[in-house]
Amino acid sequence: MSRVVHYLNQFFAGLGGENAASTPPGVKPGPVGPGRKLQELLGTDHEIVATVYCGDDLAAASPEAMAAVLELVMQARPDIVLAGPASTSGRYGVACARVAAGAARAGIAAVASMHPENPGLDDAGAAVVIASGASVREMGASLERLAAAARKRLAGEAVTEADGRIGKVPRKNVLVDRNAASRAVDLLLARLQGKDAPAEVPIPHFDHVTPAPPVPDPAKATIALVTESGLVPVGNPGRLESARATRWLRYPIEGKATAAAGEYASVHGGYSTVWANQDPNRLLPLDVARELEREGAIGVLHGEYLVTTGNGTTVPNARRFGVEWAAELRRAGITAAILTAT
Amino acid sequence: MLCNLVSIAERVGAVRIVATRGIPYPTGDPSLPPAEERAWRRALVERALKAIATAVTGPTQF
Repeated sequence: MSRVVHYLNQFFAGLGGENAASTPPGVKPGPVGPGRKLQELLGTDHEIVATVYCGDDLAAASPEAMAAVLELVMQARPDIVLAGPASTSGRYGVACARVAAGAARAGIAAVASMHPENPGLDDAGAAVVIASGASVREMGASLERLAAAARKRLAGEAVTEADGRIGKVPRKNVLVDRNAASRAVDLLLARLQGKDAPAEVPIPHFDHVTPAPPVPDPAKATIALVTESGLVPVGNPGRLESARATRWLRYPIEGKATAAAGEYASVHGGYSTVWANQDPNRLLPLDVARELEREGAIGVLHGEYLVTTGNGTTVPNARRFGVEWAAELRRAGITAAILTAT
Repeated sequence: MLCNLVSIAERVGAVRIVATRGIPYPTGDPSLPPAEERAWRRALVERALKAIATAVTGPTQF
């Protein structure tokens, strides 16, 4: 019988939604929430002995909280640590990846589950990451892949792309008959013939962003405020989505000295908006930007702000928003933008 | 870019980054009294202005 420790966020551990995102690390005996289905899929040879949880805000942002999570995981003496599925939830994905990476560093088998676009993917270190669906609607299939990978990992078998493995895969030395030069020529010839021959090593994809040149003097520049925090006028007149946004909106701030409570509110579904709605300047720093404009440190503050919701947003959509924002700001003669991100 | 998860900002290629104190309030800190919170917000935006006036070659934290 192998001992399994499962990591979940506050939501899946049954402690609450975004209002509980600051829940400190804790542990419950046995499987909890999606862990129950996972236990079923793992079968009777493997037992989820403990479920460790932590609120997403803490787990993603506080190294101390992550250390406490790992301590709770280790206290349960796991043979394997499973984390997630985290789907496209950014903070949860970061937490799952770091839990799995921490276990792997300690020499414990670990498998995390998240969507290939989850920003946590690169934090998984030497741990195995298995692709999950994009949302909880695909929880069943995601748990099946996670359980299958866990069983293989415990049996000492290699977990590969065919099992849904994503992210970095440690390299393995093998002996082959032909040297690298002749294999490279073969690959080149195959590609010249239009064949889709894969490289032997996955080519890392770096999202290189060319830095814009500096603004010589902000006191003479027109500067825009932009945000992915989901902050909109109360009532959400433009119907901005709370998750998986497909568009962005713009709202006038000309003549406004502050982003007043009761006038603006966030519709973002990926973090607790309580603090932001108490004082929307916590998302859009309009009060101090206006003050700096009045004092001359900012030339002119652009007359409107641009907003979308960065919550499970697909990479192609996010990229499109960026291109459209840049074009829009350039058209309006803006030389710099301050982006606040949650 | 003002955000809390700096490592992710760096990874996706954000080039001028100012670290903030919490995910749900990039330009605030509800643990402070109102006047101090406003001063903190102002300091963040001043840091952002310094960032946009500085030449960088890749992801840089200010």
